[in-house]
Amino acid sequence: MSGESWKEIPIGGVIEKAGNSKEYKTGSWRSNRPIHVPDKCIHCMICWIVCPDCAVKAKDGNFSHFDYDYCKGCGNCAARCPKDAIVMKTELEAQKEDEK
Amino acid sequence: MSAKRTPRALTGDDAVGEAMRQINPDVVPAYPITPQTEIMHHFAKYVANGEVDTELICVESEHSAMSAAVGASCAGARVMTATAANGLALMWEIVYIAASTRLPIVMNVVNRALSGPINIHCDHSDSMGCRDSGWIQIYSETAQEAYEHTMMAMRIAENHDVLLPVMVCQDGFITSHSVERVDVFEDEDIKKWVGEFVPKYTLLNTDNPHTVGPLDLYDYYFEHKRQQMDAMEKAKGVIKQVFSEFEKFSGKPFDFIESYRLDDADTAIVALSSSCGTIKDVVDDLREKGQKVGLLKIRVFRPFMPEMITTALKSCKGVAILDRSASFGGFGGPIFTEVRSAFHEWKEKPHIINYIYGLGGREFTIKHAHQVFNELEEVKKGNLGIKVRSLGSRE
Repeated sequence: MSGESWKEIPIGGVIEKAGNSKEYKTGSWRSNRPIHVPDKCIHCMICWIVCPDCAVKAKDGNFSHFDYDYCKGCGNCAARCPKDAIVMKTELEAQKEDEK
Repeated sequence: MSAKRTPRALTGDDAVGEAMRQINPDVVPAYPITPQTEIMHHFAKYVANGEVDTELICVESEHSAMSAAVGASCAGARVMTATAANGLALMWEIVYIAASTRLPIVMNVVNRALSGPINIHCDHSDSMGCRDSGWIQIYSETAQEAYEHTMMAMRIAENHDVLLPVMVCQDGFITSHSVERVDVFEDEDIKKWVGEFVPKYTLLNTDNPHTVGPLDLYDYYFEHKRQQMDAMEKAKGVIKQVFSEFEKFSGKPFDFIESYRLDDADTAIVALSSSCGTIKDVVDDLREKGQKVGLLKIRVFRPFMPEMITTALKSCKGVAILDRSASFGGFGGPIFTEVRSAFHEWKEKPHIINYIYGLGGREFTIKHAHQVFNELEEVKKGNLGIKVRSLGSRE
């Protein structure tokens, strides 16, 4: 496990800087990954509304991309998409496709 | 020159209430009914009379008492509380959180049995159960010691190399409700000795806001535990320092252990708290008859001092460890397992047996101490017999 030694970190779990939760990349918890299907998307932005982690990114009022640093893979977006424009794949499957 | 003191007739509870009054902590959260002891009864009176500036928070349970103590300590307050027995048990979850959040809370524990069956009398099962919670534990033989330990505990806890909570223990009823002579220092001297608390972090510091008690998973939790182990190691040096400063202040020597007539002892008893007074009487009696016996009193059980303890017992051929708490299904009580393990590397070591005694307030008298020293005569020859024995139960 990489990271700082016990000698370097503040005691008692104190976090000395404010506003640092963005440094915690909760995307590492994900076991299922939402994949956007642009051909089917009507940019209704329901995914943007239901995402509990603000991991659906919009640009000019349209769907832009998923922020996989913070997406925990809960699948809310895919479940609520009226056009099946978001499909859930397992991380293993998605990573294999990334490698191709 | 040592500080002025005035002799008074006080119970252990009175003595600690007096210590708290003199320390004048910022916040004291407490649950105001049983299993709380008279410590809080006295202290509440001082608050009501305006003799202290303390914010006394009467909460709805002991779990809330420790929770409020944690909150106040995070805010940077000097915090004290007191509890006993099942009260401590109900605090359990937060007792660990206080230690791991590194909050220098001082808590007086009046050692009493854990129910059930329902019992309110002395044994050490309450504080022994949380010996691994990360709190420093100091055990008091007398009301005088409970008073003095409380003063020292404040300084130990708040030292920035330590920042750990401290439990000051005294025996329920035997010490807490019995009147003894207690020499009380002057208010001004104690105020100076205890000094101002300088918190390392305070939630009220709005210029540098910080977070306490965050989620701490497999990536950092272990490192925080490692720091707690280190703080306990550092506490050994700090406790030594505070003992020596208190000696300068009071003229009275203190150490992690007290060796009583151990120098050339053949057999010895190891014990905590009030029983030590009884054993000292028996040691004197047997010494007069020419028997080489002694007592090792453990004052500081956490951090544990293995080398100091084994060295003190080095002349002994037979040692009896007295545990006032049972570890059901374990190999003896907690003091036994640790002292015995401390001897592991020694080539020439004493034969060591364990007595579980005094549970639920069962009396421990000179008769029992005599019995132990008698039985040690066989044990020291290597005839151990039953290694974990029961002392004072009807067989």
